[in-house]
Amino acid sequence: MSDPRTRELAIAVRGLNKFFDEKHVVRDLSLEVRRGEIFGFLGPNGSGKTTSIRMMCGLLTPDSGSGTCLGYDILREADAIRRRVGYMTQRFSYWEDLTIRENLDFVARLYEMPQRTRVVDEALERLGLAARQHQLTATLSGGWKQRLALAACMLHEPELLLLDEPTAGVDPNARRNFWEELHRLAARGISVLVSTHYMDEAERCHKLAYIANGRLLAQGPVDEVVRFQGLSTYSVRGEGVTTLASQLERMPGVDQTVAFGSVLHVTGRDAAALEASLRELAASRPDVQIERIETSLEDVFIHLVAHASEDAGGGS
Amino acid sequence: MSRFSFSRWGAIVRKEFIQLRRDRITFAMIVVVPIMQIAVFGFAINADPRHLPTAVVRAEQSEFTRSLVAALEHSTYFDVVEELPDEEAAREALARGRVQFVLNIPADFTVRLLRGERPAILLEADATDPAATGMALGAVQPLVSAVLAKDLRGPHAALENEPPAFEIRVHRLYNPENITRYNIVPGLMGVILTMTMVMMTAMAITRERERGTMENLLATPVLPLEVMTGKIVPYVAIGLVQATIILVTSHWIFGVPFLGSPVALYFATLLFIACNLTVGITLSSLATSQLQAMQMATFYFLPNILLSGFMFPYAGMPRWARWLAQLLPLTHFNRIVRGIVLKGNTFADMVPHLWPLALFMLVVMGIATRFYRRTLD
Repeated sequence: MSDPRTRELAIAVRGLNKFFDEKHVVRDLSLEVRRGEIFGFLGPNGSGKTTSIRMMCGLLTPDSGSGTCLGYDILREADAIRRRVGYMTQRFSYWEDLTIRENLDFVARLYEMPQRTRVVDEALERLGLAARQHQLTATLSGGWKQRLALAACMLHEPELLLLDEPTAGVDPNARRNFWEELHRLAARGISVLVSTHYMDEAERCHKLAYIANGRLLAQGPVDEVVRFQGLSTYSVRGEGVTTLASQLERMPGVDQTVAFGSVLHVTGRDAAALEASLRELAASRPDVQIERIETSLEDVFIHLVAHASEDAGGGS
Repeated sequence: MSRFSFSRWGAIVRKEFIQLRRDRITFAMIVVVPIMQIAVFGFAINADPRHLPTAVVRAEQSEFTRSLVAALEHSTYFDVVEELPDEEAAREALARGRVQFVLNIPADFTVRLLRGERPAILLEADATDPAATGMALGAVQPLVSAVLAKDLRGPHAALENEPPAFEIRVHRLYNPENITRYNIVPGLMGVILTMTMVMMTAMAITRERERGTMENLLATPVLPLEVMTGKIVPYVAIGLVQATIILVTSHWIFGVPFLGSPVALYFATLLFIACNLTVGITLSSLATSQLQAMQMATFYFLPNILLSGFMFPYAGMPRWARWLAQLLPLTHFNRIVRGIVLKGNTFADMVPHLWPLALFMLVVMGIATRFYRRTLD
């Protein structure tokens, strides 16, 4: 931990690359996560999020690139990283044929924690599962399993949490509780890197990174990511507007249209051309209301994905 | 690189025992498989079949022919179930599988015998399964001599004095009564250990990978070596329990003698278990699913059971097959077990079969460590 800069950074990686056989899964990934920050990691399925997370905590060796995690080298000091990082896998990966208590106890033993019984008791208490501690884990519902997994990867009091799609398949109420818990942890100085598909979750992060086809497309705080793309967006509201989508997309300045129920979001990079096209539409269709709105994160991401596949020559 | 930790290793061992206790089917298999196999091989399978259905075609009735048929029945190899009129009926009975043997006594048998013309008796056998008829056929010749010795008395005694061209004396060592289970039941020990040890370890480790829990384990400070060795400890215990079940039942239920030292046997058994566990670990490193692990275990198991001398005599195999058999741990373990149990072999007698086991274990362990994936890539 000689470099003072790395002491402020929970994760700092540069130029990470990973190939699975011929497939280039992660391309030149560089990102920084500051301590006490909730960092959202977004991208479509198969974009390389899980592979990136695995490389950051030393579970996978990158083919090229370097970096530190909590100040430790990801290539040489994976053991030290494992002791200080809590990793929650995408799929529930605790033992379903062990009871809730046995799972926590096993994890505590693996980290060789002193006062194991007390630590496990407290974790069960916090979880609210003390009464059901002798129940087999297989009998828990999805939401409870996810809470148990978080409790288990928090047991050794890690300084950094790597959460791989922790809320996939969890109901909205449980998701909200989960995020409140994440913010409480961040307030205590714990850094969190969380991958997600949900836009509402992305907006609750301090910072974001968006990855597609293994390439990092955007990085920064939410509003900055939105602003940086320089997009203008209008909402088109009215009876049957969704049928206008294909007509609009042929007009100059319109890059994309996204339907949200009976509202159409029309987005483009060339603000002047977009405005002209929409004025033309308003003249021919007086029944629709057209209004300039703020570009949402979702509009930005849809735009990013569309352009990522253009860059990759049609994309895969 | 951190050091091996016994407390983390202990945590893995503990977890494996808890999971094993909850896995009722595996638990039942550990106990039921040896008992079931031993019952099948001990009671049901018999390489020296007796009471084989036999028909007689008798063209004449005389004291000699009556005592010959009686002698056949007394040997317990033959049960005379039918008297048939002629050769044609005899062939039909054989073709249809109604009888295994037909004894054909010609019309002038007694007359020619008394004239000293050495008449022939034809014994036809359904030899489609040589194993089923071989032993019985071997018993026929001495039987005929015995009949002649008994009946050629008084005025005909001179006929018996004629010396036979040669004599075959059979002297069976270790199993004078030729009891199949003396050979099979100790042999089962190695077979059952191979089957359960290889399959169970291969599946136990692949299961962690298949369920995604291996990723979780690797993300903790636990070392792969701790995971591997911790996971196989319960199986060493299981192997010893199975070996004990087999030894106890073979001795107390099947009356197989136990001439050697139990300490020597358990020592060899531990080494053999270690061989199989290294194979299991290697297979688990190669397999991506439990199904694949099981297929690979079967692939390993088959040549072992066929070539090791458990099913078919080693001496009867061609050179290349014997060479292959020498590479298999089961071949050596079978010889060690039979040596200790039936011949009272000592440690010194075992050495020629102990070192190939040790060598096998070291080589496979080298392969296993090479293939075992520390990280996920």
